[in-house]
Amino acid sequence: MSPLLSIQGVSRTFVSPKGQVTQALLPVDFDVQENDFVTILGPSGCGKSTMLRIVAGLDHPTSGRVLLGGRPVEGPGADRGMVFQSYTLFPWLTIEQNIRFGLRERGMPEAQQKERADYFIAKVGLRGFEQHFPKQLSGGMQQRTAIARALANDPKILLMDEPFGALDNQTRVLMQELLLGIWEAERKTVMFVTHDIDEAIFMANRVAVFSARPGRIKTELAVDLPHPRHYTIKTSPEFMDLKARLTEEIRAESMAADAH
Amino acid sequence: MSRVMGVAPALEPERPRRRALAPLEPVSTRTRLVLGVAFFILFFAVWSVFTLGGFVSPTFLASPVTMAKEGWLLFTEFGFLHDIGMTVWRVLGGFILAAIVAVPLGIAMGAHKGVEAFLEPFVSFCRYLPASAFIPLLILWAGLGEMQKLLVIFIGSVFQIILMVAVIVGNARKDLVEAAYTLGSSPTGIVRRVLIPGAAPDIAETLRLVLGWAWTYVIVAELIGSSSGIGHMITDSQALLNTGQIIFGIIVIGLIGLVSDSFFKFVNRRLFAWSALR
Repeated sequence: MSPLLSIQGVSRTFVSPKGQVTQALLPVDFDVQENDFVTILGPSGCGKSTMLRIVAGLDHPTSGRVLLGGRPVEGPGADRGMVFQSYTLFPWLTIEQNIRFGLRERGMPEAQQKERADYFIAKVGLRGFEQHFPKQLSGGMQQRTAIARALANDPKILLMDEPFGALDNQTRVLMQELLLGIWEAERKTVMFVTHDIDEAIFMANRVAVFSARPGRIKTELAVDLPHPRHYTIKTSPEFMDLKARLTEEIRAESMAADAH
Repeated sequence: MSRVMGVAPALEPERPRRRALAPLEPVSTRTRLVLGVAFFILFFAVWSVFTLGGFVSPTFLASPVTMAKEGWLLFTEFGFLHDIGMTVWRVLGGFILAAIVAVPLGIAMGAHKGVEAFLEPFVSFCRYLPASAFIPLLILWAGLGEMQKLLVIFIGSVFQIILMVAVIVGNARKDLVEAAYTLGSSPTGIVRRVLIPGAAPDIAETLRLVLGWAWTYVIVAELIGSSSGIGHMITDSQALLNTGQIIFGIIVIGLIGLVSDSFFKFVNRRLFAWSALR
């Protein structure tokens, strides 16, 4: 079966105005299958977000190409939904209008927009907050809205760039469970960037470990924990075993990054 | 023992601070109102002492009482309402014309760097051309009619609005633009449904500011070659050494400015409730 997303020899170098060249990403080859939940784990500043942004079409690779469903990615588009670490809801739109944004952009009829928005509002547990403005909601609720907004657009793949990174720990754990629950129900293909090991294992069926900058994929690890997963799985021996291995991998990279 | 060990000297119990004097400490709405009115009273009191007490010649400065009497006369005898109407009409006319031209241009400059590179140097240059210096030229071109007055206001406002709007739109949040792209927005969609709504509250605030400046231009325009308006009345009164009327005219301008500013603020708050949220 040909992969849904294929990253082929993608590298990225940045040139500063003074002419200084930084290699952010060494050539990366990576495939994501349909219905995969892949997490990209790596120390901060390792280029994992750069890779995700290239997949989203928000950044251009210096070499290589990205194929989605066999077609090369030229720029950003609605077939790749994205949830950012920063709160990117449109502050002038209500929660419902935010979720309908992409649907309105493609000219979907009002009634259909409403129906889809209602479905995803319920899905992320925001019923009763439809008419609120983003600033009236907590960080966790804003990110839930952002997830609903991306999902409502029915993208082929959902790209998530440390979406829970700015949340407190308790909220983050709840958000992981919510997202995993949605994935278990819808099997939407997800590519999720994080530096949190627990987060990487808990939701994924595959973890790709990034090296320190310049980034490349160092190891790939299958996570064969059964679904549906409950938070108690985090204390199971299998989970602990995976965590120990990934901790070792990440530790080496963090130390390498620190030495720079 | 304790002397050897050394005991930290006991702190005196902290006195309650005088919060009214603490920096950035907010005051209640009532206090704010009382203080605001108090200054006006103080101002009029000092004015009265100097004029009614005979420290200043009435030729140079009328007393508040004379001013009020002259003001009454202006309305009842000299058709001052017509003058006020003319001035307001000129300000609004010139300002609205300027806004219609400047806001779209500013948005285009803020959104498209090519347009900005093309227009920004010229507009920045024009911004420093004093509107009042154009009056003789505008009289040559447009005569002494209404067109000339409108043009003075227009020239005084249009370049300011263009530049300020361009900066506001250019400072749009990059992450919101990216989010919109990943939701399928086209470049036109980005301008119309991200840049413009995001900049709207600040654009409205800019218009409020520039409307205040437009008021100063209109008076200057009316001081020269005019047969109506508040500025015209002030020049006439100067010829008659009627300082009471001059001061009354100035106060009326201030009052109209205050009212229109409050109205603008009120409308902005209503239209852009989201931007006041924290």
